[in-house]
Amino acid sequence: MPAAVELIHVTKRFGEVIANDDISFTVEKNEFFSLLGPSGCGKTTTLRCIAGLEKPDSGIIKLSGEVVNDVPTHKRNIGLVFQDLALFPHMDVFHNIAFGLKMKKVNDEEIEKRVKDVLRLVGLEGLERRRVHQLSGGQKQRVALCRSLVPEPDVLLLDEPLGALDLKIRRRMTEELRRIQKEVEKTFIYVTHDQTEAIVMSDRIAVMQGGKIKQIGESREIYSHPQDSFIASFIGEAVNLIEGICEEPGAFIGKKLEKPVRVEVREELLNTPVVLSIRPERIRVARKLRDVDNILDARISSALFKGMYHEYEVTTGNDLTIKVFVPYVGPKTTFQLRDKIQIGWNKEDAIVISTS
Amino acid sequence: MKIFDKILKSYTILILIFMYFPIVVMIGFSFNSAKSLGRFTGFSLRWYSQLLADNNLWKALSNSVTTAAVVTIISVVLALLMANAVVRYQYRGGSLIDAFIYIPIVIPEITESLSLLIMLSFLNFPLGFWSVIIGHATFCATFATVVLRARIAGFKKSYEEAARTLGANEIQTFFRVTLPILMPGVLAAALLAFTLSFDDFIKTRFTTGPGFATLPLIIYSEAQRGGVSPRLNALSTFSFGISLIFSAVRLLTLRRGRYE
Repeated sequence: MPAAVELIHVTKRFGEVIANDDISFTVEKNEFFSLLGPSGCGKTTTLRCIAGLEKPDSGIIKLSGEVVNDVPTHKRNIGLVFQDLALFPHMDVFHNIAFGLKMKKVNDEEIEKRVKDVLRLVGLEGLERRRVHQLSGGQKQRVALCRSLVPEPDVLLLDEPLGALDLKIRRRMTEELRRIQKEVEKTFIYVTHDQTEAIVMSDRIAVMQGGKIKQIGESREIYSHPQDSFIASFIGEAVNLIEGICEEPGAFIGKKLEKPVRVEVREELLNTPVVLSIRPERIRVARKLRDVDNILDARISSALFKGMYHEYEVTTGNDLTIKVFVPYVGPKTTFQLRDKIQIGWNKEDAIVISTS
Repeated sequence: MKIFDKILKSYTILILIFMYFPIVVMIGFSFNSAKSLGRFTGFSLRWYSQLLADNNLWKALSNSVTTAAVVTIISVVLALLMANAVVRYQYRGGSLIDAFIYIPIVIPEITESLSLLIMLSFLNFPLGFWSVIIGHATFCATFATVVLRARIAGFKKSYEEAARTLGANEIQTFFRVTLPILMPGVLAAALLAFTLSFDDFIKTRFTTGPGFATLPLIIYSEAQRGGVSPRLNALSTFSFGISLIFSAVRLLTLRRGRYE
């Protein structure tokens, strides 16, 4: 079975600016694939190239195994949910959703049934006759999704469709999108700058920066094994990045560390500037630590109680500040400002990566 | 402050009376039974029935309506193209072209008319219906562009892109999405063009030829020949009524044309 979407060395320039620089990736059928990156990284351009709304300067785009470089948008059988949704203001909900089916010459009875079904899927049954401006933000969002889904596209492209919603609805829609994708069994390509959204929804994520793809992988893999310090800091709530060098396998010498720490390091990273990346939740804190690969003496320099966990900042002897998240399981995990403590982690809890 | 408000209010009312009183008098005396313009002797539709029987007048009315209709179609098509070009595309010299589109609004109509007449006679273009159409279309298209431009500026490109991703080709996209969304603007532009053409005197006077007269031309020549008469009052009232209806429709469509 051919891949749903395949990009091979796609490059797109706007004048002097390179929006997409030699992009290659493959999206399997029924996969939820995210393009994640800061604004201006070229992720929307990639999506628009797949939709045929932009023409790449070079490279090949395949949909279901067929080269579509010269196929116009309306013949690609794709759906696109726009960032501004672009619901047709002169039509009601029913006619917005029915538009794609009418273009496909589906008969009226079938249209009626399919619109009804898709509205039930997103929990908007009975709103067929509403005008677009009478809908709430979340409802508009769902109608836009329905409109793109109902003509049964081979691939559904989503361009930051949750951007305009407030945080609470946003989180709920994130889970709902994932459920809908599983239910309709379609290939989704989702563009976002929000790493939480990408992590929650995606089977795989492609992290983009400056028009290039930096890393492609499953959410967990990218979270735990980011390829460089840019990705490590872009993905996840927070990360500790300690600059230094590995002169021999198994030992990392940090600029601000008093002694070498034990690490696992890939051979090609020896004797080049590297970064030790440790997630705050992987670090342990106690007055006295034992049976841990690396132990450092430190002081609590900031303590925030977040309910489910404590967020501490600790300072080591060389003025190195490290963030630590400790699950709240009672007074044993509670420390006060300026408490003398020890922090520690095992070598598999941290990774050595290249600087970006 | 209170006194100032009062003065401003009375001043405004005075201005309005100054503007509308002559029209009210004209309308009132068009229903006068006597021929006199100084004294109102009783209500009568006598002048109107006289008008209805006048074949020349019917011919002029039909000329006016036909001219306005053709001018409207030409103006709206031109305005759609011009407004689109100005708003949606960036090209060299764009802002210069933008300015040139609006200049006809400030050129004195008499200058425009005279220059057009000179050009038409230079080209040996026969004066009559088509020369009047050309004369009207040039300035009506300009005003129509101004009206449509605002509407097109608020039009999101993603509407069209959305239609394309839903399987619509360029033509389907234009007729099912672009045009309907722009429709309130198109209607407003059309009504404005129609009213302007219907009312026009100077351009018509300069560019028409023998045998082709519009309503304003007839009114003017009657006024010149017989001075002010109740018959003329009735005629002007009639013409005023038609323009008023079109302006009212335009205002209503503009108000209804807002989606959000």
